[in-house]
Amino acid sequence: MFIFQLDSTSGVPPYLQLVHQVRQAVMVGYLREGDRLPLIREAVEQLAINPNTVSKAYRQLEHEGLVDPRPGVGTFVARAPDVTVPPAQYAKLRRGLERWLREAEAAGLDEEAVGALLAVVRRELTEEGAA
Amino acid sequence: MSAALVTRGLGRRYRSTWALQDCDLEVPAGAVIALVGPNGAGKTTLLQLVAGLQRPSAGSISLFGELAPAQSPQALAQLAFVAQDHPVYRRFRVSDLLHLGRSLNRTWDQDFAERRIAELGISPRQRTGRLSGGQQAQVALALALAKRPRLLILDEPVASLDPLARREFLQVLMGTVAGEGLTVLLSSHNIAELERVCDHLVVVAGGRVQLAGDVDSLLGDHRVLTGPSAGVPGGPGVVHVDQADRHAHVVARIGPAEPLPGWQARPIGLEELVLAYLRRAREPWPVPSEMELSA
Repeated sequence: MFIFQLDSTSGVPPYLQLVHQVRQAVMVGYLREGDRLPLIREAVEQLAINPNTVSKAYRQLEHEGLVDPRPGVGTFVARAPDVTVPPAQYAKLRRGLERWLREAEAAGLDEEAVGALLAVVRRELTEEGAA
Repeated sequence: MSAALVTRGLGRRYRSTWALQDCDLEVPAGAVIALVGPNGAGKTTLLQLVAGLQRPSAGSISLFGELAPAQSPQALAQLAFVAQDHPVYRRFRVSDLLHLGRSLNRTWDQDFAERRIAELGISPRQRTGRLSGGQQAQVALALALAKRPRLLILDEPVASLDPLARREFLQVLMGTVAGEGLTVLLSSHNIAELERVCDHLVVVAGGRVQLAGDVDSLLGDHRVLTGPSAGVPGGPGVVHVDQADRHAHVVARIGPAEPLPGWQARPIGLEELVLAYLRRAREPWPVPSEMELSA
């Protein structure tokens, strides 16, 4: 069974943390098409959180088309995403990004500047690819 | 959704001092409501008024659509109350407590109570004074839930528990909410923990309700604005202002409106929101009315 985690110091609303975890787990293949997410009651008892928080997260995932609720049975992962990244590669990419972000922060770039830089580099790469 | 609890003009006076005044609340059934505020703010008074342990000096309380006169049997049958430090009779055996609960309550689910005690790994023969704090809290909760209340009131339920016992207590509580649609009203100082378990918030200070509502809508309505200290906006939406030499942070209730030019807005966290209202209650910010909050 899938297990959620919550970081109460992160400042990210609890329901969004659940949404992110499912998205990420689907992306790296920890959750696959047809897998059942914890029942609301199971998630509530795992995490000691409000049931409405879990239903809100599941509603959003359903809205995104990532999961499929089957009344009386549970909530199931609806489809594999377009790209699945092997966990090892995902972890490596993540470490690289962490290193880069630390360097950027040390150099004085704030979140906005980082976002702007990312957008610029992406656009340039796309243009290169098209050329 | 129907209302579990409605208070109108509720107040309680001790001699000449109002411990709670003009309290208007409306809480939907199935909600988990956090009651927060400094010590002496009136939290316990409010909880005890709702639980029928004190009589109001003013105003009224309705439970599940019916006016609930203090200490009326009908009102008491619908609710359960666990006082601060979850007191149990220390010389009683756990089985004595269950017997007491069965004898004193109109509704009582003995099977549920026995099952919960067994799940906790507690022997019914044990004297409650010998149990750990976490076990005493769990026994108190089991007793309260065995009454099958529609409204459960908890005064600082986890304040005296260690982190593991807190988590286990809240797991049982939230599991019951998920399974049975129980309405829970609880007071606490730990806002990070409340954010996990509560969907409604009531902030009390100085004997008055400062803020009440659905947590997600309250967070969506409020934002932190940062801008030049010379142009601090006023108006009824301003909750609290932190003024530095050249800039100021303003907690404001402006909804999704665009802030004034030159001001930046960011989302607010639950703790920041509560603190802003508590600070405002302590030192009211004089609100100039001629300036507008949003462009």
